[in-house]
Amino acid sequence: MEALLLEYLPILIFLGVAIALSLVFVGAAWLIARQNPDPEKLSAYECGFDAFGDSRRQFDVRFYLVSILFIIFDLEVAFLFPWAVALGDIGIFGFWSMVIFLGILTVGFIYEWKKGALEWE
Amino acid sequence: MTPALIPSLGPAVPEILLAVAAMALLMVGVFRGNGASNLVGWLSVAALGVAAVLTLGLPGERVLTFSNMFVVDGFARFVKVMVLMSSALAIIMSMNWLDRENINRFEYPLLVLLAALGMAMMVSANDLISLYVGLELQSLSLYVLAAIRRDSAVSTEAGIKYFVLGALASGMLLYGSSLIYGFTGTTNFDALATLFGREGYSASIGLIFGIVFLAAGLAFKVSAVPFHMWTPDVYEGAPTPVTAFFAVAPKIAALALFSRIVLGPFAEMIDQWRQIIVFLAIASMVLGAVAAIVQTNIKRLMAYSSIGHVGYALVGLAAGTEEGVRGLLIYLAIYLAMNVGAFICILAMRRKDGMTEEIRDLAGLAQTRPGMAAALAIFMFSLAGIPPLAGFFGKFYVFVAAVNAGLVGLAVIGVIASVIGAYYYLRIVKIMYFDEPAAEFEAPMSRELGIVVTAAAVFTVLFVLYPSPILDSAAVAAAALVP
Repeated sequence: MEALLLEYLPILIFLGVAIALSLVFVGAAWLIARQNPDPEKLSAYECGFDAFGDSRRQFDVRFYLVSILFIIFDLEVAFLFPWAVALGDIGIFGFWSMVIFLGILTVGFIYEWKKGALEWE
Repeated sequence: MTPALIPSLGPAVPEILLAVAAMALLMVGVFRGNGASNLVGWLSVAALGVAAVLTLGLPGERVLTFSNMFVVDGFARFVKVMVLMSSALAIIMSMNWLDRENINRFEYPLLVLLAALGMAMMVSANDLISLYVGLELQSLSLYVLAAIRRDSAVSTEAGIKYFVLGALASGMLLYGSSLIYGFTGTTNFDALATLFGREGYSASIGLIFGIVFLAAGLAFKVSAVPFHMWTPDVYEGAPTPVTAFFAVAPKIAALALFSRIVLGPFAEMIDQWRQIIVFLAIASMVLGAVAAIVQTNIKRLMAYSSIGHVGYALVGLAAGTEEGVRGLLIYLAIYLAMNVGAFICILAMRRKDGMTEEIRDLAGLAQTRPGMAAALAIFMFSLAGIPPLAGFFGKFYVFVAAVNAGLVGLAVIGVIASVIGAYYYLRIVKIMYFDEPAAEFEAPMSRELGIVVTAAAVFTVLFVLYPSPILDSAAVAAAALVP
């Protein structure tokens, strides 16, 4: 039991350092920085929207499009990390599998670019 | 850990060709613009044709590849050829229509191509994971196709309804798969079959739950009652060529997938799944026959008709024998010809002010357009199952298989349902031949469609004289699935 808990010691230390550092940052800003609040500065930050409002409000479908396009490349990176780590084990077949996957993504990327999905207007 | 060996790509060549063709044509379309729609359409048809020829050229015996996740056998070949053919026909049917409705989008044939790729993968799935990937590729393409007329409220409604309910069904299917994996420790069909075939293996309640969820998800995809609610709305709302595609290719692929699952890994558990299939078959046949009677829209009518036909096809599956699968495959081949023909006639229901879909607009068609009326009458008689047309033989073989498997009650209910169903098919014939003519339809159908509809009608009429090619190849395919 002791040995098992000891394995988690680095995480505890990490947690302590993280809490201490974040307290320092918030506290220092509160004590030292010049304060000049206005409603915009005090509101929660959310890109492109009011942070609070009716959830059935209409919004521009282009936000949706951009987020969908973003998710594809987000996932691509999520696949690339384990692939890069395991590349030594999976050999030439693993390498070309990922190259084909990237090729398919590139075809999709060319399509969306030519279609003008990346232009806001 | 040893480096993974490169799997044999040979058995998957048709699928690889379809995938590469879809991506290449996407590039052609996006660089040439919508003016290249016709070019992309015909090239897609060519790709599907070449894939069908390649499928026929594959070796007849059972081959596994991609870590046993992908299987090619006689059954997969037979079904794939049907799926690829009906997808190619769907593109041919839509080209003229796309021009006239000003939908000129090159994405349309590509979505059909991708859906066909997904269906080919479903048919060849030998693992719960490859099953799901194929099914989703097919479904996602179909959702977009249903909503291809994005400026039309009914089309987008059909798309969103299909998407939401389809996502629910996929969720059920995934949940069932995860239960099966949890209770057996494997997702591979062969490994599952070995496990269930062991001496003294008894299924746990959790595993049966998994099978029920899997069957519910698949029943949704083939639109068997009680998972049929989306069908009439989607069929009515989707553009007519898309409806024609929905009514044929995905049903054939999903029924083939259904057969492969219940007769492959779960072959030993026939007592557990047979009750489910028998219920689905009875409910679909009866609802398909009764609910269609009150329809006034011909696409809604064809939706209920397709629900009924799925019921008849499931009768063959419920038998669970080689004879039953043979009946199912014959049924699907005949269903393909009848439905493609009937939908081409529906596509030709066009007046100056646009498409009409009301059954009463067919009134007196025999006087204004005798050829089209004769063809539609042949398809309606055949769909009703009246001998000596092909539709009769489709029903005959599944009912005989059910009787031989001891399911006499099921066969009797099927016969009664098909008698009830005959009413609404014959009503269309009556309206065409004995009612006062309504306003005439515009220009005749294009030459390609004329050829296809004639071929379908000739097949339906002459099947009785020369049935052996279909009967023999269906028998070979069934023998490959049921050992």
